[in-house]
Amino acid sequence: MLQWFSAISTPLLMLGGIALLFGALLGFAAVRFKVEGDPLVDQVDALLPQTQCGQCGHPGCRPYAEAIVAGEAINRCPPGGQATINALANLLDMEAPTLDAEHGIEDVKRVAFIREPECIGCTKCLQACPVDAIVGAAKQMHTVIVDECTGCDLCVAPCPVDCIEMVPLEITLQQWSPEKPLSAAGLIATDRLGSLSADEAKKVSKRDVA
Amino acid sequence: MSSVTERSSAKERRSARDARIIARDAKRKLQPGDFSGGIYPPHNKAQSTAEPIGQIPLAEDLIVPLHQHIGASAIPLVKLGQRVLKGEKIAEADGLISCPVHAPGSGKVIAIEPQPVAHPSGMLADCIVIRTDVEQRWCTLNPCTDFRSLETDQLLEKIRDCGIAGLGGAGFPSAVKLAPRGNWSIDTLIINGSECEPYISADDMLMRERAEEIVAGVEILAHLLDEPDNVLIGIEDNKPEAIATMRKAVHGTRFNVVSFATKYPSGGEKQLIQILTKREVPNSGLPANVGVVCQNVGTAYAVYRAVVFGEPLVSRVTTVVGEALQQQRNVELPIGTPVAHVLDCHGVERKQLQRVVIGGPMMGYSIDNESVPVIKTTNCILAPTWHELPPAPPAQDCIRCGLCAEVCPVSLLPQQLYWYARADEREKLQAYNLFDCIECGACSYVCPSSIPLVQYYRASKGAIRLAEEEKEKSDRARERFEYRKLRLAKAEQAKEVKRQARKRAAEIARQQNQQNTAPQNGSAAAEQERDVVAAALARVKARQASPEQQLARLQRTLTSAEHRFERIQKKLTEATASQQAQLRAQLKEAQVKLQEARDKHKQMKEQQADEEQ
Repeated sequence: MLQWFSAISTPLLMLGGIALLFGALLGFAAVRFKVEGDPLVDQVDALLPQTQCGQCGHPGCRPYAEAIVAGEAINRCPPGGQATINALANLLDMEAPTLDAEHGIEDVKRVAFIREPECIGCTKCLQACPVDAIVGAAKQMHTVIVDECTGCDLCVAPCPVDCIEMVPLEITLQQWSPEKPLSAAGLIATDRLGSLSADEAKKVSKRDVA
Repeated sequence: MSSVTERSSAKERRSARDARIIARDAKRKLQPGDFSGGIYPPHNKAQSTAEPIGQIPLAEDLIVPLHQHIGASAIPLVKLGQRVLKGEKIAEADGLISCPVHAPGSGKVIAIEPQPVAHPSGMLADCIVIRTDVEQRWCTLNPCTDFRSLETDQLLEKIRDCGIAGLGGAGFPSAVKLAPRGNWSIDTLIINGSECEPYISADDMLMRERAEEIVAGVEILAHLLDEPDNVLIGIEDNKPEAIATMRKAVHGTRFNVVSFATKYPSGGEKQLIQILTKREVPNSGLPANVGVVCQNVGTAYAVYRAVVFGEPLVSRVTTVVGEALQQQRNVELPIGTPVAHVLDCHGVERKQLQRVVIGGPMMGYSIDNESVPVIKTTNCILAPTWHELPPAPPAQDCIRCGLCAEVCPVSLLPQQLYWYARADEREKLQAYNLFDCIECGACSYVCPSSIPLVQYYRASKGAIRLAEEEKEKSDRARERFEYRKLRLAKAEQAKEVKRQARKRAAEIARQQNQQNTAPQNGSAAAEQERDVVAAALARVKARQASPEQQLARLQRTLTSAEHRFERIQKKLTEATASQQAQLRAQLKEAQVKLQEARDKHKQMKEQQADEEQ
């Protein structure tokens, strides 16, 4: 009887002991290596353009990132455009949809511009700017820091004298780069003769013949 | 016994270590080498080397761009209408990596505005336009007979102040390059006279005619770099006259003139270093990392002029070449001379002219607008005929022949890069080291399908750079947004704390009041205090509860707002256009205020009417 009992109890005790040990280990790891927040939200947030414009219906990019992780559609960010949608689809391993026109359409990059002589110094735009890109004080002229402006459009509505406009951001000489050449598959030399003047065309065809 | 073996093994170890050191030193010793790849296009240098360096009449207007170098644009120092002397500083460097700009001729500043500049985009950039006078008087210069008496910092300041930027092509501010940061010991100074690109012969002619000055400049450069062990002047062997004159000029000095086989692109900085020293500049590294500083011969000449005569960089030797010109030669051009003026002075036949290229046929770019000025980096103006430089035939499909990989001087895989550039796979492009491409054009030159490969690489590089910039900006926006959220939360919290404190204080005061009033009802002090409070409350109540007074005040506000509105309106009709915008804004403000006053007035009246009822 006793022998039979020990034959059962020894493995049971051993297994139980191992289970306890691993349980303790897992419990310790859960406390020690706890990850604050959701890392996926950070990854999604990193892909969003950080204009903080609220066109997606959320008060900023991070809330939208949280909503995406919770299952919201990824095509509600007009400033990011198709490039952001593709990157998000790539990250979340899903089919890339097209931009939801309900939330706006993709546009050129713009920045806010304050027509300074008209500004009355009401500080309303200062409070509206989500990235603190407007400088100014009460009854003093305000102005936009172009490098920090995300072009979110949120300062335009609160202005009581309508002196803020969104101007397209011009590309500088240093930023300029040539366009990719057009793919010329199927084009042959004589196809281009139409675009040349008669004199030039004669020269080209003469050379080709020779 | 054991001690003997130990001793012998120690000996062996020591000798092995010595051998290692010797081998390493031998490796470090300069050996002529070669770079992989490269091409052999026709030289086309004879056309422009028949005549000595010439001069052309001064252009009527000199257009001096503020951005002629790598780094930040210079900041203008002159005002519109101001008279300037030749060599006067007209724009100051903005930061460390930047260059000042000097007046290339005396005259009057007639414009400071965006003008077309020599750039493949054809975009405008800020320029100072000087209308030249007849006198052409120099400003007072600051010569120096013995540069060795100056401190290194003073010399560098002088070079920087004279606006010297690399004249080889990229235009990197020379003073920055001559003061290598970090703890790299420089043991080799290389003077680049290889000028590998077809057609260009500006450095060749400069070496032929001004070898003494160049060598004097090299002496200054060597002095600045603390007399490096090796000073090499590298010249391609297709310039025998230049080699001969330079050899004569360096006679008696410790400088070496090294000639090597002609191959394009041996004039690339990293390629030349590899040829002359067999050292390879690491990926995304600088020549200083392998103990080398490289400067162009033109730069050495400019440094000499700057240090010894105090002369700023206001002119440069440029090759003017092409079959559409009657005269092909090298000319010394003041910076800012319009290209059209240069072409006119050399008898351009515009009917023959196919296009105008700034730089050589391999790395240059064509310009649409001939009014663009010559800048510090303009080493060649090429005006070819249709026959001489026919436009590239249409690109065909890649046949994967691999010729491009064979000729690539930096051992990249151009065809692979081409696929990735077409598909916009930026990560792959970077993994295949797109940014090591020096855009020499050798791959496009040999491509049997005439694919404009370099154009793809340039476009991709630009797109990647732009994306990186945007990423940086969005990161900054995120930081600012988070900070703002934190700040607002903090302000809210502070308010809440204050509110709580006030509430507590009121509670305590009430309790005390009760305590005080309960036991000693007849205390005079308490009574007085209560009276004071009661009086204040009554005052406030009276002020609040006299609708007539309030109404009267509102009426006053309303009339004054109306007055103000009318006054501004009257002013607006009389104002000039410049004041109108401001006045209009004021008017709008007044209107808003008037509206507010009216609303309040109406509200008050209604309230009163209600009360009366």
